[in-house]
Amino acid sequence: MADAPPPILSLVGVSKAFGGVQALQDVDFTLRAGEVHGLVGENGAGKSTMMKIIAGVHADYAGRFLLDGREVRFRSTRDAHAAGIAMVHQELSIAPDLSVAENVFLGTQITNRLGMVQWRRMAQEAESLLARLGVHADPRQQMGDLPIGMQQLVEIARVLFSGARIIILDEPTSALSPPEIARLFSALRHLRAAGRSIVFISHFIDDILSIADTVTVFRNGRKIMTVPAADTTKGGLIQSMIGRGHAELEESYTNDIRLAAPAAGPVVLEADGLCLGRSLRDVSLSVRAGEVVGIYGFMGCGQAELARVLFGKMTPERGSIRVAGRRLRRGGTAGARRAGVAFVPDSRRAMLFHQEPVYKNTSISILGRLSRLFLKPAQERALAQRQIEALRIRPPRVDALLGALSGGNQQKVALAKWLTYPPKVLVLSEPTRGMDVGAKDEVVKIVHGLKAQGLAVVIVSSEPETVLSMADRILVLRKGELVREFADEIVSKDRLLEAA
Amino acid sequence: MNDDITSASTAHPAPARRGLGAIARSQMRNIAPFLTLIVLIVFFSVVSPSFATLGNVGNILTQVSVTGIIAAGLTFVILCAEIDLSVASIANATGIAVAYFTLQDSYVNIANVPVPGWVAILLALVACSALGVVNAAGLVVIGIPSFIMTLAMMQIAAGISALLVRGQIAYKIPALISTLGSGSVGGIPCIVLVAAFVLLLSHLVLTYTRFGRYVYLVGSNREAAENAGVNVKLILGAVMVISAVCSGIAGMLGVAHFGSAQQNEFDTYLLDSIAAVVVGGTSLFGGRGGIGNTIVGLFVLGVLNNGLDHVNIDSFLKILIRGLILLLALIINVYAQRLRETSAD
Repeated sequence: MADAPPPILSLVGVSKAFGGVQALQDVDFTLRAGEVHGLVGENGAGKSTMMKIIAGVHADYAGRFLLDGREVRFRSTRDAHAAGIAMVHQELSIAPDLSVAENVFLGTQITNRLGMVQWRRMAQEAESLLARLGVHADPRQQMGDLPIGMQQLVEIARVLFSGARIIILDEPTSALSPPEIARLFSALRHLRAAGRSIVFISHFIDDILSIADTVTVFRNGRKIMTVPAADTTKGGLIQSMIGRGHAELEESYTNDIRLAAPAAGPVVLEADGLCLGRSLRDVSLSVRAGEVVGIYGFMGCGQAELARVLFGKMTPERGSIRVAGRRLRRGGTAGARRAGVAFVPDSRRAMLFHQEPVYKNTSISILGRLSRLFLKPAQERALAQRQIEALRIRPPRVDALLGALSGGNQQKVALAKWLTYPPKVLVLSEPTRGMDVGAKDEVVKIVHGLKAQGLAVVIVSSEPETVLSMADRILVLRKGELVREFADEIVSKDRLLEAA
Repeated sequence: MNDDITSASTAHPAPARRGLGAIARSQMRNIAPFLTLIVLIVFFSVVSPSFATLGNVGNILTQVSVTGIIAAGLTFVILCAEIDLSVASIANATGIAVAYFTLQDSYVNIANVPVPGWVAILLALVACSALGVVNAAGLVVIGIPSFIMTLAMMQIAAGISALLVRGQIAYKIPALISTLGSGSVGGIPCIVLVAAFVLLLSHLVLTYTRFGRYVYLVGSNREAAENAGVNVKLILGAVMVISAVCSGIAGMLGVAHFGSAQQNEFDTYLLDSIAAVVVGGTSLFGGRGGIGNTIVGLFVLGVLNNGLDHVNIDSFLKILIRGLILLLALIINVYAQRLRETSAD
């Protein structure tokens, strides 16, 4: 942007606290008409909090909020909508049972004078709006039947073409493939040319640099800097994001990585010809003891289903799974656990009991070993105490309610559950999703430790950095098929993305 | 990302700062029913001289026994965040079944199949277990929500009752059942002892066994339990069968207690048993509560029902008062859940 257009929105000295935690501290922020403004920062840096203030989600904050030079204070998202501000939240918020067209016009159905919905017009307009994002879907189709990336694009389309003049996108690209991202960016450029302002929050710094005009960096609830995108580099941004010498770590993800020579251990996990609807087509793989196999693919390519099948949560239509030579039959997750498979799902909520004490969370998977019929609480607590000390869980009390622990400590409890009696196979689904660089580093260390103990580890992820940083061997999944294997060779993020 | 901030903010209630207030808030579901019970006892003792007598305590205990046995089984189901609406119907069908297999007097016009007493009891137990297995299969194999599945079973069991007695009333039942249901040992009615035994056994199972722990954890977070390798379907199936068997036992003893087996004899017990569990503070969302709560709930209802008989009150108003008390308990139940979530999550 050569000349600086006038600011359309500015925040002056805005602070916001949740309970005792200061999420935003004295932040100034300016958004100009016709700019794409990138926001970067680690988890919890305050990016989303600030955007939620702008979008009217949080009404309770300190500081001034100026829109077109006049001070405003939104009480609800309705107020923000009325002022022409719309936001796409990080979590997909769609109505899966409604049609695509209804989702595009959610809350703004096209009606005639009598208030009756004009279905045909709505379908036609939805189709043409989606085509602008390169989505060719039948507008009458049920939303839930679309692949996840397309669902995300439909949600983005709803906001982009809602007529809002300020559009906030929170992690819009996480579920999108590179061609989809390219189409989204071209749509954003059109909107920018039309004078709309766009705020773009992302963990993917490459995406930020390729679309944003201006970049603002957050750290620990404070604004660190605002710079023109052209004047900065990826390394520079990462440096100011983390504020310490962690840049090498991020570097190591992007450089070429030499994969290890094949492991020599015995084959522990063997899957043969797994088929599951449209999600998995004839997937075969084998993992040796002491080997970490990464399975990479774009979101919705079937990798989530593969992880579930390996842990017995879903029964494949065809194909077999063997653990240490023994066939895994339809025994559900309990059968898989007995066979020696452990599973860490992608969300903490799906593996922890927030209202129970720590020791009940760590003992659940080993109760069968501790007792045939009656519980042995003393032993349970002793084992939990050992795990707490080994993993340095804080507070170090077995009776602390899990919900009272911080996120990182909860994560450790989730892992502790499987570590008392190490399993033969560990399946990790999206182990680093939404984590900051430091937390990712911890996970990498834990996985390397387990590998050294001789576990067969399977990491299923749609983030290339995740598999690159941990795996010895990488399998690429595309639309339910294994299309490429990287082993004992040099690999990089580009090559991985290309293969998918 | 923002989730992390919000969870971090509420994640440190700082154990040291947790004062009496916080403890009271998190224990609300246990304290509120107990206070209710004490208030009711004090109230009825003051307004009615005949209420606080030893004889009346015995009355109350006897009156809550059948409900107590049903509620013990139902507690397992509700702890798993499921529901069983067929308890009263299964009780009725099992009570009728045990009479059906006993030789009736000649004036009772039922085409029954007399067998020895212990066989009759065994057959009745098999019958209620089978109905429980059908509930379990509908829930975990086919995937019908328990609310709907047991609604159907309520009708099915009522149908079985109707077919077996065809509008008649049976009076004869095996001697053992007769003793347990209407006899007494040392002045204490046997039915009270049986109820106490069933409640105690349920409490021990829920508190001290692996199965009991799984019941709580499945109710607390079903997905997490599954992801930890717990056989969730087996647990859910088992609680449905336990509930049906408890109902069956209650049905047999109830028939002995009432002195006859006939249709619709247990209709009020569905509401009473669910109310006992919920009034006691066991969470309808699963994972919280237990037999202790159920016992308190039983006495709240028992004291209320009994006490209203001791004061001069319009008998039609009694029904309304019971409904209002149940509503109040439900409000406390939901409110306690919310308090707990905000203080612990």
